[in-house]
Amino acid sequence: MSNSNNEWPLWEVFVQTKSGMPHKHCGSVHAPDKEMALQNARDTYTRRNEGTNIWVVPAAAITASSPEDIGPFFDPSNDKAYRHPTFYTIPEGVKYI
Amino acid sequence: MNKQEALIDYCLRLGDNSLVLGHRLSEWCGHGPILEEDLALANIALDLLGQTRNLFTYAAAVEGKGRTEDDLAYTRNNYEFRNALLTEQANGDFAVTIARQLFYTSYAWLLFTELQKSKDETIAGIAAKALKETSYHLRHCNEWTIRLGDGTEESHRRMQDAVDSLWMYTDDIFAQTEGDALLIKEGIAADAATLKPKWDAMIKETLTKATLKMPEGGFMMKGSREGKHTEHLTYILGELQFLQRTYPGMEW
Repeated sequence: MSNSNNEWPLWEVFVQTKSGMPHKHCGSVHAPDKEMALQNARDTYTRRNEGTNIWVVPAAAITASSPEDIGPFFDPSNDKAYRHPTFYTIPEGVKYI
Repeated sequence: MNKQEALIDYCLRLGDNSLVLGHRLSEWCGHGPILEEDLALANIALDLLGQTRNLFTYAAAVEGKGRTEDDLAYTRNNYEFRNALLTEQANGDFAVTIARQLFYTSYAWLLFTELQKSKDETIAGIAAKALKETSYHLRHCNEWTIRLGDGTEESHRRMQDAVDSLWMYTDDIFAQTEGDALLIKEGIAADAATLKPKWDAMIKETLTKATLKMPEGGFMMKGSREGKHTEHLTYILGELQFLQRTYPGMEW
């Protein structure tokens, strides 16, 4: 555990709960390759009937914004209430919005 | 042996396989090489336990003497168990566990594929459910066999040692009884003799992919069909049964 050189690469796991729904990030697993990553993700995150599909993505392939970017990235949208779709009425019976 | 006795024996035998192997796999719980694999082995153990419950419940119903699945698991003696010798072998290192999984699971997959078509509806139903689980178990051990065999020098050596050391127990998996002949004629049981060549081909394919040598011939140990076991089973049952043996009927 302590020697990081001996550890398998990290994979981020995204699980789709129902067909048509978006895949949601639910955690990560270690695995030597993509097939084993899928199996490990299946065993770790879909044991209680949570999934219909799994994506695994090498954690190294993800580019994330840095904490210092929080101001320039996200503050400008704070005062633009007109971008929220709150002015529309949603028909009854529409799900997942 | 009449048809009823043959059917009870058949269900118990298949249930004993999954009970004993499931218990072996549960011994890995908390000791797996990595967290993810720890969970994978425990998942498989639970699937096997579920298969046992279905088979024991059916055996008890066919018997009709009021025994339950628990009675069958906790109060039979070692010579009454009919699990294949392979399933009781010790976990060893991870390669031994994977080799044991490969040999058993390939057989179970072929068996349940056949039993889905059984003329006994309960057997067919149990087999159909078990086959889905077994298909995943097979994928798990096939992938591991390939990675360990075609991995590092050490993992290759350990995997080959594991395959060689368990090979002597593989014929015993396919041993049949006179009761089987009766059930096969009725279209209830699968003929293990027809599964063996398919099993050989499956194992050969995986071992070849894994750059491992398939053992040939050599001494083959048998006896599980007559209740003759290796030394391991008694220890497994000692652990599995001690509570019900010490406090009969205890519930919690």
